[in-house]
Amino acid sequence: MMANNYWKVLTRPLIDDNPLTLQILGICSALAVTTSLDTALVMSVVVICVLALSNGAISLIRHGLPRSVRIIVQITIIASLVIIVDQILQAYAFELSKRLSVFVGLIITNCIVLGRAEGFAMHNGVWPSVLDGIGNGLGYALVLVIVGAIREFFGKGSLLNVQILIPASQGGAFEPLHLMLLPPSAFFIIGGIIWFIRRKQPRQVEKPEFSLRPEQVGDSR
Amino acid sequence: MSALLELLLRSIFLDNLALSFFLGICTFLAVSSRVDTALGVGLAMLAVMTVTVPVNNLIYTWLLAPGALAWAGLGDVDLSFLRLIAFIGVIAAMVQVLEMALEFHIPKLYRALGIFLPLITVNCAILGGSLFMVERSYSFVESLVYGFGSGIGWALAIVLFAAIRERLKYADIPDGLQGLGINFIIAGIMSFGFMAFAGMG
Repeated sequence: MMANNYWKVLTRPLIDDNPLTLQILGICSALAVTTSLDTALVMSVVVICVLALSNGAISLIRHGLPRSVRIIVQITIIASLVIIVDQILQAYAFELSKRLSVFVGLIITNCIVLGRAEGFAMHNGVWPSVLDGIGNGLGYALVLVIVGAIREFFGKGSLLNVQILIPASQGGAFEPLHLMLLPPSAFFIIGGIIWFIRRKQPRQVEKPEFSLRPEQVGDSR
Repeated sequence: MSALLELLLRSIFLDNLALSFFLGICTFLAVSSRVDTALGVGLAMLAVMTVTVPVNNLIYTWLLAPGALAWAGLGDVDLSFLRLIAFIGVIAAMVQVLEMALEFHIPKLYRALGIFLPLITVNCAILGGSLFMVERSYSFVESLVYGFGSGIGWALAIVLFAAIRERLKYADIPDGLQGLGINFIIAGIMSFGFMAFAGMG
C-alpha cells in the first residue's frame, strides 16, 4: 500500500499531472535550452537534483518554520542549491555551462521549484517530498528531452552531436530546417505536445469560455 | 549615442525577453486573458526592470565582480558567486520599495496593480535581465537603457498577446488545443513577428 503510494507520487507528474503541460510551471527556462539534446539533458539533471534536494530540505525543517518568513527561507535554500550546482557545472563542464548561459541561475525563479516546495514539501514527510521532487523533475525532463531531440534532429540532423543525416551542403540529401533552431519552433512544438497529450487525456481539456449555440452552426445569412 | 539607440531597439524587439528568450513566460501566459490586467503587469515589469538592472549593475561592479573590492583594500577577493543571492535580494527589496512608493504617491495605480506587484519578485524576466547584464558586461548607462528597453519589450509583448487572446475567445478551436495549447501557438507566431526585426540591424 505504502509502496504503491510512493510510486504514484513519483509517476503522476510524468503525464497525468505534468508540471509543464498542465500546471504551466517552469516553462521559462525550459524552452531556451532545448536547441540541442545535450543542453536539454544537462538542464534536466540539474533541475531534478535541485528539486529533490530543495523539497527534502524544506520538508525537513517544515515544523520549525514560521509561516511569515517561509518564502524567504525557501528562496534562500533554493538559491544556495542553485549556486552550488552552478559552481560544479563551471568547474567540471565549463563549455556546457557557457552554453546554458544564464538559465542555470534562473532555476531559482523557476516556478516548479518554489511551487513544489510550497505546495507539497510544506505538508509532507521528507521521503515523499524527495520523491515528489524527482517525479516533477522527471516530468519536466520528459518534455525538455522530447523538444530538444526534435529541435536538434530536424535543425541539425544530429542527436547528441552525432551526425545522423548528412546535410545537403556536404553532399547528403538532408536540408537542415533552420527554423527549428529559432525560438518560435519551441513554442510550436510545446503547443503540439500539449495537443497530443490532451487528445489522449480528454480530462485535461479546458472548457471554452464561449461556445456557438447549436442552431447557429452552419447558419449562413 | 547611436550605439545606445541600437541597444534600446534591440532589447525591445529582437532580444525580446518574453518571445526570444522565453523569460517570464509563466506570468505571460497566466495573466494575459484581459488587456487591462496585462497592461498593469506590463507597467509594473517596466518599472521594476528599469530600476533593478542598473542597481544590480552598481552592486556587481563595486562589490561582487573579481577585484571589485579594490577600493576597500581587498583587491584579490572574488565574490561573483554570490551574485544570484544578491540580485534576488535587490529585486525583492526594490519591489517592496516600489510598492510603498506607489501606495503613497499614486494610490490609484497601486490598487490597479494589486497582487501582480509582489509576484514580480519571482518573475524570471527580472532576474534574467540582471544576469544578461553581467554576462554581456554592460556599463552603467548601457544597463539603464537595457533595463528600460527590456521592460518596454516585455510589456509590449504581453499587451499584444492579451489583445489576440481576447479576440480568440470567440473562435472555434479544436478541443485539445483549447486554452494552453493555442496560447503557445499564438506566442510562437508572435515570436516570428518579432524576429522579423532581425533585418533591422
